[in-house]
Amino acid sequence: MEEKNNIMERIAEANRPVTTGVDEKDIKDWVTIYIMGKGYRVPADLTILTAIEYAGYRLLRSVGCRQGHCGACATVFRRAGEYKLQADLACQTRVEDGMYLVQIPFSPAEKAIYDISKEPYDASVFMKYYPEVARCVSCNTCTKSCPQDLEVMDYVQAAIRGDFELVADNSFDCIQCGLCAIRCPAEIVQYHVAQLGRRMYGRYGLSMPEHLKKRVEEIEQGKFKEAMDNITSKSREELEKMYAERQREPD
Amino acid sequence: MRIAYYPGCTLKTTAKNFETSAIAIAQQLGVEFVELPRWTCCGTVFSLTSDDLIHHVAPIRNLIRVQEMVKRKQVDDEKRILTLCSMCFNTLKRSNLRVKENIEDLKKINNLMYLEEDYCAEIEVIHLLQLLKEIGFDKIKAKVKNPLNNLKVAPYYGCMILRPLEVGIDDPEDPTIQRDLLEALGAEVIDNPYKKVCCGSYQTVNNKEKVAELAFDILTHAQREGAEAITTCCPLCSFNLDFRQKEVLKKHPDFKQIPVFYITQLIAVAFGLDNKTLGFDQNYVDPKLLLKNKGLIK
Repeated sequence: MEEKNNIMERIAEANRPVTTGVDEKDIKDWVTIYIMGKGYRVPADLTILTAIEYAGYRLLRSVGCRQGHCGACATVFRRAGEYKLQADLACQTRVEDGMYLVQIPFSPAEKAIYDISKEPYDASVFMKYYPEVARCVSCNTCTKSCPQDLEVMDYVQAAIRGDFELVADNSFDCIQCGLCAIRCPAEIVQYHVAQLGRRMYGRYGLSMPEHLKKRVEEIEQGKFKEAMDNITSKSREELEKMYAERQREPD
Repeated sequence: MRIAYYPGCTLKTTAKNFETSAIAIAQQLGVEFVELPRWTCCGTVFSLTSDDLIHHVAPIRNLIRVQEMVKRKQVDDEKRILTLCSMCFNTLKRSNLRVKENIEDLKKINNLMYLEEDYCAEIEVIHLLQLLKEIGFDKIKAKVKNPLNNLKVAPYYGCMILRPLEVGIDDPEDPTIQRDLLEALGAEVIDNPYKKVCCGSYQTVNNKEKVAELAFDILTHAQREGAEAITTCCPLCSFNLDFRQKEVLKKHPDFKQIPVFYITQLIAVAFGLDNKTLGFDQNYVDPKLLLKNKGLIK
């Protein structure tokens, strides 16, 4: 139990906002932001995520890697005096004075269950599992809301015509934050559509790389069995010693 | 000559044979189709509601892509976008007309698409049949290696390239463009009044039987006049007249199936182009036997 508390403290320490340890009187620039309608004064150089924590909120959801990779901290906001609703990742976006914001910890989305080995490699697979793609009116709202700057509308359109390669290429950097789906007036679940497209493209559109085929054969023939057995039979202490003494490039 | 080409989703899925045959015959006539980059849905059905501007965003966005192509000098024809599908033609052309005639609508649509350059409403939407007529049926006739002698063909037009009057490419009551084209190919044309009767359009999704009845009327009328084949220039008409013959046969066991060609497939046959461009494997009623009997393919 004590060890567990210790871990939790270490996590909390790592997650502490960058202003921790800085005296408030030393912070020159302040902005006022409105979190779910309530105003807070926060240091101007914080991200939305750290500003929310600075304001006293403890985020259990809507927070993840803090580095723009995981897509957990989707946020929507309006800048002061602007009618446009913006969407981005809280960990990657600076606070601005007068900003109204709220976190979107989860996007309720129907996720189809399918077996790609039983589906035909053509546009009908999208119509079968996500028929709402045909409702796309090309308004481009999804693209505008994407924190990864993907051409979301273009890949939805590519799905309609069964262009799997374009779906896969255009959606490759998707982090599944769900902002596109939340904003879409046609109620399309873009990121799930893209995942289906990438899976289909991976299975049917791309050929098996020669080196992978060769390596799988080698593994099946037992080439690495001895080395693997050797390492899995070691005790924790032996493994730690091996790790410490491993060959490595200089830092 | 390079011209901007808008395919539409059907040309990339169930009507690939329309696309391959059209590209091949155009090449023979010195025209290169340059596919519109990043094209989106045409809008499918032209929205008639006066305040429903959102459904004109897709067609206008495509026309902006044409402007971009012109600026990048990717095409020689700087004013026009070519379509094959009648439905795409109709929707694109009508939306284009709407914003040309209603400057307020154009402003609203341009404002909504603030990330795109403004649409200047100067592009023109044309259908392949118009381009072929412009090239000249004489020139097409000169390319014929395999005249379609003795082949009795009934052209079918449907409605989307004829109506409404302001976007139609031919006389809506008595269109003749396919007749003139087929005659240039050497075919015997069976012109009949059912050439412009509705094929049932999207009713085919939830009312197969009704569409099969319409197809039955259209096809048997042409057959009574002696037709051995039908030509179309619309993937939806083609689907309803060709694939619905399955349902026709169920209800009318005496019905004799009849091949339905895209007009471009027959041009390709007349030009003597290879089987790959013809794409007959995507036709429901196999036209190969008929063409073999006529000595038009091997």
